[in-house]
Amino acid sequence: MKILTLNFVTCARKACKASPAAFPLRPREAELEIVEQDINPLFVRNVLPRLEWDALREVCGELGLQQLPSTAPSPDDLFTTTPAAADTAMADAADAHEPRPSQLLRDLHTLLLETTMRSGKLVCGNCGHEYAVKEGIANFLLPSHLV
Amino acid sequence: MDKSSGDGGNVFLVRLVQVYESFRRAELEAIADLLEFKMDILDYNDDSPFCLVRLPSIQNARALISRTIIAHAIYVLWGSGSDYPSLRTSVREQSAHLWAPFAESSFRFEIDSFRGKRSMKEQRSIIESFSWLPLNGPIVMRGAELTLTVFEDWAAGDQKRRSQEQKPDSESQDPESAIASSSLPRPPQPKRLYLGQLIAESGRSHALAKYDLKKRVYVSTTSFAAEIALVTANMAHAAPGRLLYDPLAGTGSLPVACAHFGAMTCGSDIDGRMIRGKGGRRSVVGNFEQYGFKERWLDGWVSDLTNSPLRGLGDEEATRRAGWLDGIVCDPPYGVREGCKTLGKRREERNAVVEGPVYIDGKLSHLLDGYVPPKKPYSFDAMLDDILEFAAVMLVENGRLAMWVPTANENNIALVTPMHPHLELVSECIQSFNKWSRRLLTYRRLRAGEIDRSTKSRKRTYGTGVTANELNSFRKKYFEGFKPTQS
Repeated sequence: MKILTLNFVTCARKACKASPAAFPLRPREAELEIVEQDINPLFVRNVLPRLEWDALREVCGELGLQQLPSTAPSPDDLFTTTPAAADTAMADAADAHEPRPSQLLRDLHTLLLETTMRSGKLVCGNCGHEYAVKEGIANFLLPSHLV
Repeated sequence: MDKSSGDGGNVFLVRLVQVYESFRRAELEAIADLLEFKMDILDYNDDSPFCLVRLPSIQNARALISRTIIAHAIYVLWGSGSDYPSLRTSVREQSAHLWAPFAESSFRFEIDSFRGKRSMKEQRSIIESFSWLPLNGPIVMRGAELTLTVFEDWAAGDQKRRSQEQKPDSESQDPESAIASSSLPRPPQPKRLYLGQLIAESGRSHALAKYDLKKRVYVSTTSFAAEIALVTANMAHAAPGRLLYDPLAGTGSLPVACAHFGAMTCGSDIDGRMIRGKGGRRSVVGNFEQYGFKERWLDGWVSDLTNSPLRGLGDEEATRRAGWLDGIVCDPPYGVREGCKTLGKRREERNAVVEGPVYIDGKLSHLLDGYVPPKKPYSFDAMLDDILEFAAVMLVENGRLAMWVPTANENNIALVTPMHPHLELVSECIQSFNKWSRRLLTYRRLRAGEIDRSTKSRKRTYGTGVTANELNSFRKKYFEGFKPTQS
């Protein structure tokens, strides 16, 4: 399960939906891996405003990943229109005006779409229920007494 | 022809495929809406593969056809008529500005007879009847700069009658002299003719070959055929930069189709075996790898629609805001090959055991490896309403839900289309089988300003039955062989 997906899921119990403590789910005993993916700048730009940034910071903290800034970056910071000096000579006129992914976008791509929770548990901060993650796939099915 | 004159863009002929008739118009409209250009459908008939549209530019025509699945190609319309003389008049009088730029281009002619057939001799005669066009370039069969196609639209059965009547002296007849000789009864002729300049072919044949289920590594009995899955993705506005979700993903046929159009996808299923697959490449991830776009599969997880882990549901704050999914695609289980299930215990099981957690050897059973939570049959109608409620909360403004619903083909059963105050029904397409049919319902999530706050979504009551048949009238009818109901 990717770090981005962790930002979209909370406890599956209806009773926990209204509780702020249920989100984000707390990763425990997490085994992480980096799965390289082709960068998708348009998707990162579109998904950025839909993130719960505080929850993302919290999860990164729990997983011992890099410290994120306290506020979400602006979509404008994801692209740079002025290519690096070394590239200018190579790039033709049309290419020079093409927005290029910034280092920030590359870092977000690595964090959100390449960093994967291979196995571990996701724990609800409200009810304490644990959801298992195995081979990258989380299981959110509830036992019948919690439905 | 009146329709082709007038201002504001060019008239194009879309050469549709004569299948899935009720989806064709909806697919074109969905794509024009996604690409944000104005498209007027000037002439469309379920009985014909020739559809005339007005589009602002040739670039729009290329963009439209590049995504269309139920079409072969798009053409600039040079003329139309009810017979060859009127077609030629139409081309001569209205399209000089269209053919003038090709005076020195290499070119070729094609004949496309729908429900008709022309011998080589007839074809030559038809093509030669356009020899007055000032095309001075060389005729080439491959790579021509200009491809002109004569389209013939025959009424059903006319071609057969024509060949029977013409048999005695068919060699001496060509279509021109056949019309001219008034002593003989006039043999049937095409009811409508068009001349079009090829602009671009659709991605249909490439996509259908690529996503053919026979060549897919991981499939199951409920996998969705490539053609109709791709149309579903078009209806849901799958496109680069967007996030689409299938809550009943199975082997991921619909997410794969969405990823074909560049979308990021994710999916879940109540049956973990479907999402995990059978190991190695025989999994949803394996399918994405097979097609060379594994980066478009965000994640798969195991969850139940009515107890979804996705944030936004049940949260008052979130229901006022729009959601974060661009589109939802789903093909709910009809209860025939795959049952409708939700988490929970059947009633008879409930009575048998004590409520609360179950312990095995002093450990909570649901924390043990290999625990399978109990599931119970689910009312199909309740599931459809749950999907709509889910979509209303989770979709962004103008986001789309494309959902398949089965129905029995009975005249005395009114088609029930589930509705939600936050969702507008965009289109309804029907695919008919012998005794049942299924509909693709496409909804748009209304923008905040469009939602009428006064309408409350009504709470329906569903069958209180326990067995699958009691909860799903479609399933019951299917296994009863769709016998007419006594009334």
